[in-house]
Amino acid sequence: MKLSRSLCILLTTTVLAAPALAEDLTIGLASEPTAMDPYFHNLGPNNAVTRHIFDRLILQDEKQNLKPGLATKWKPIDDLTWEFKLRQGVKYHDGSAFDADDVVCSWERAPNVPNSPSSFGTYTKGKTVVKVDDHTVHIKTAAPYPLMANDVSNIAIVSSETGCNAKTEDYNNGPASIGTGPFKFVSYSPGDSIVLERNDDYWGDKPAWSKVTLKPIKSGPSRVAALLAGDVDMIDQVPTTDITTLQKNDKLALSQGVSNRVIYLHLDHDRADSPFVKAKGGGAIDNPLRKLQVRQAISKAINRDAIVERVMEGVAIKAGQLLPEGFFGVSGKLKPVDYDPNGAKELLAAAGVGDGFELTIHGPNDRYINDAKIAEAIGQMLTRIGIKTDVETMPRSVYFKRASRGGPGETPEFSFILVGWGAGSGEASSPLKSLIATHTPAKGWGASNRGRYSNPEIDALIEKALATVDDAARQDLLAQATEMAINDGAIIPLHYQVNTWAAKKGLKYIARTDEATLAIGVVKE
Amino acid sequence: MSDAAGIRVETPFQRFRAEFRESRIAVAALVVLAIIVLLAVMAPWITPQNPYDLAQVDVLDGKLKPGSKAFAGYTMWLGSDGAGRDLYSAILYGLRVSLTVGLAAGFLALVFGTAIGLVAAYSGGRTETLIMRAVDIQLSFPAVLIALMLVAILGRGIDKIIIALVAAQWAYYARTVRATALVESAKEYVEAARCLGLSHGRVVFCHVLPNCLAPLIVIGTVQTASAIALESTLSFLGVGLRQTEPSLGVLISNGFEYMMSGRYWISFFPGLALLLTIVSINLVGDQLRDVLNPRLKR
Amino acid sequence: MTVFIIRRLMQATIVVFIMSLIVFFGVNVIGDPVDMLINPEADQAEIERTIRALGLDKPIHEQYLFFLKGVTSGDFGKSFIFGEPALKLILHHMPATIELALVSLVMAIILGIPLGLYAGLYPERRVSRGIMAGSILGFSLPTFWVGLMMIMLFAVYLGWLPSTGRGDTAVFLGIRSSLWTLDGLSHLFLPAMNLALTNISLVIRLTRAGVREAMHQDYIKFARAKGLPMRRVIGVHLMKNILIPIVTVLGLEFGSLMAFSVVTESIFAWPGMGKLLIGSLLQLDRPVVVAYLMIIVLFFVIINLVVDILYSVLDPRVRLRDQGT
Repeated sequence: MKLSRSLCILLTTTVLAAPALAEDLTIGLASEPTAMDPYFHNLGPNNAVTRHIFDRLILQDEKQNLKPGLATKWKPIDDLTWEFKLRQGVKYHDGSAFDADDVVCSWERAPNVPNSPSSFGTYTKGKTVVKVDDHTVHIKTAAPYPLMANDVSNIAIVSSETGCNAKTEDYNNGPASIGTGPFKFVSYSPGDSIVLERNDDYWGDKPAWSKVTLKPIKSGPSRVAALLAGDVDMIDQVPTTDITTLQKNDKLALSQGVSNRVIYLHLDHDRADSPFVKAKGGGAIDNPLRKLQVRQAISKAINRDAIVERVMEGVAIKAGQLLPEGFFGVSGKLKPVDYDPNGAKELLAAAGVGDGFELTIHGPNDRYINDAKIAEAIGQMLTRIGIKTDVETMPRSVYFKRASRGGPGETPEFSFILVGWGAGSGEASSPLKSLIATHTPAKGWGASNRGRYSNPEIDALIEKALATVDDAARQDLLAQATEMAINDGAIIPLHYQVNTWAAKKGLKYIARTDEATLAIGVVKE
Repeated sequence: MSDAAGIRVETPFQRFRAEFRESRIAVAALVVLAIIVLLAVMAPWITPQNPYDLAQVDVLDGKLKPGSKAFAGYTMWLGSDGAGRDLYSAILYGLRVSLTVGLAAGFLALVFGTAIGLVAAYSGGRTETLIMRAVDIQLSFPAVLIALMLVAILGRGIDKIIIALVAAQWAYYARTVRATALVESAKEYVEAARCLGLSHGRVVFCHVLPNCLAPLIVIGTVQTASAIALESTLSFLGVGLRQTEPSLGVLISNGFEYMMSGRYWISFFPGLALLLTIVSINLVGDQLRDVLNPRLKR
Repeated sequence: MTVFIIRRLMQATIVVFIMSLIVFFGVNVIGDPVDMLINPEADQAEIERTIRALGLDKPIHEQYLFFLKGVTSGDFGKSFIFGEPALKLILHHMPATIELALVSLVMAIILGIPLGLYAGLYPERRVSRGIMAGSILGFSLPTFWVGLMMIMLFAVYLGWLPSTGRGDTAVFLGIRSSLWTLDGLSHLFLPAMNLALTNISLVIRLTRAGVREAMHQDYIKFARAKGLPMRRVIGVHLMKNILIPIVTVLGLEFGSLMAFSVVTESIFAWPGMGKLLIGSLLQLDRPVVVAYLMIIVLFFVIINLVVDILYSVLDPRVRLRDQGT
């Protein structure tokens, strides 16, 4: 006993004695990147971390607006060609100069990394990069392509000397992790830490931090504990349950921002006999979800205020469409549907299912903020208007396969699901193309249309929007397509996620809509 | 003690009861356990809410402090959880699930393990080698890993978690039964029974097995407690039971995320219930071990 | 002896083989790793490409044969998630776990034996009853719950110890470990204690049981009758005899400590194998899960073997024997 006590005291003194340098920053991350190779895995956590080391030609600011990065100017010079003027005098961390060759070879490597679990081919597909001179490149496409700049902002630029022929391991071990970004790579220890140091020759605003350590701490309460104990200076994805308490803590400062992620319900629009829809008592029933009135009734039965206030503890915004206000392509006419249980019951009666029916809602329990609890709340609300709802939640490792293609013939298995969608491009064509457009594998449309909604009119609008380079005209087309989809109950939007970061007093994080946690966004107050 | 037993005419059960009573802690634990089981059985009649009926659970009642009034009018003496379940009701219903899982897993593992252990002891030779190697391997492999893999593969549900727990625990019984049975088989009474021409089955079940019961009861209690704890650990790791029909483990792990926000009751009370259950089972088991172990007799 | 060891190793190979078969096909049943890995924005063509890149387009038995072929040359396949060899990933995470298991084993011995000795020698004292009740608590409390309570108390409220993660490492005697730095030790304390809890109880109970049994045996009675001082009777005669079962059990427990670290590591964000396993399992990173379990099985077999051999050395009455031989 005595021994452990003295050990305790010994350890305590050493902890207290360790001085923290003012320019060191330690961040606790909820999700860990899987590699330092910027092209290995096209996924949020990876793209956020590699952004510290590698610049893009075009950067996305905290609202996902595009701003000049390694390219200073870009414009379409004809229907099929975009011209990018490159920034001059930019140096890599090893001192070599940045030029058009780097862009060409980066675009070659991006979609072709061996064993990549999710490649950047999504962005490079159908595009050819041509060097015009050392500081100009052209990117050509076969058809007019308005989203060029969005796609370009997703491709990191690596050095033609050290990066283009390197393997993923070379990035993880360091020799290839040489970019032009605000931070230099120091070390990467999977599961433990990523250490970066300031690039003093950075072309843009220099970061305030000389050394940054990113520590993955997956469990929410542990992450909060690490912040409260002072082991980290900032954490991301603060659990909603802790926000109120942390707000009251005067040693901490919180920052919040709405994200590009909508949480919504997808319903089976396709099958007449849907596997998880049953008549009262368990018999077969002609799938009532295919009736617009029933879909409207479900939307009305949902008390979005209760979900936002109770389940999300006020940290979410009621949703009426696919993206929150302020994003490109959203409609000004759509509002969140009001809670109206009696109206819902009338609609059910009008649709011929006044006695109600039985339904199972399926959802993940480890993917979105409070996902399982939302599913449960919806189960309660629908049960109350007479749709007896069973709630089935599962880990995402099981959920997404079944939701996408668990049924016979690789069709979606479920009838009524809770899902979320984050618009990576920061504009409305992303959810429209993936969730609403008719499921057409050949075209790459409707990849996440798990309700198999199909409306040729909306498809035509999306098609037209995706070929319209003029921003104002495209904005109108996207808004119009969104209105048609929502009014037809293609999906039922619930709320937009709001992300919360918590930092020590004196620090502030500039909240980002893309949910990324960047050291350069941490500022001293 | 043994002298006294010799003088008075005492049935083995009376002696057992007297010895068990020697430890006041064990008796108290037995009483607590009895109350817990009674509460769990009576749950539907003594709770204000059926926490598994979504029509009775309202998210607007969520996260209320102990003593708050629910929408439906009753008082939530232990507060409510995130989904609006009255914790008192949820704990009693959760106890039912946890006890069912623990008892079912414990009983099935006992039956299965005992059968295998007896087969091994009685058949000998290659069969015995094979079985005991399997037992050794199984025992050297941590239960939590076996259960984790199985539940991950089988999916959720009470039946599946019971299968996983049985698979993780049968070997303890098998080994004990075999060891005891080997010792018993060598004794004269078994020989005598065999000489009388009794069938194998009769010898095993009527003569050998009853003599293996003492250690089995001890292991059974400990393993039942550990099955309950294991189920809650699996729920914590995200592969446990369904959250709409929570066991104590699910209630605790759901409450886990509220720990830092000061809403202690959501996981504290279910934790307390779990603790009481496991500790009282273990205390009873501990005393049983002392009473049933002849080598400790003074 | 040699025959015994060879026989054991052969059995181990068979076990590892069966294990890999079950797990390989089992993980496949759970779900599809592609859904876990792919960017949600990816279209169907990109999904197809990923399936091919991970080698998941082939029938499962072909994938398994391919995997077996790799294993014979020491290649356990590449992690779906990290793109690095599974074996390398596991070895990278192994020192942290071994460190944790070792420290908690030491804690179990340092705290468990004296307490158990006391409880065994004076079973009727109030303190002893307290110790025994405490030991029941020790293995009744769910590890995850205690872990969080410890973080709350020692890291958040008292601020004595760091809450999560592994501390600084240093190289000493050619081994890189966080045992050699104070920062490292301070990070180790809580998770190791959390992991040790069950084993402290176990050691207390084993020691007590051993003492109580031994006290009634003739050699102890004889030693006491001879007039040897109590201290010597306990320190030499008693300890010698009760240590054997404790050593055996702890040897075996070392393995399960490494396995049980799954829970502790995920609470304390300890970058060890356990956290890697649970992460890989939840994300369906089959190569890592299969390789981890194969390695752990081997590990157990080796520990068992060493324990058996040690046992025969410590207790000459025990002969190394395999059933059936």
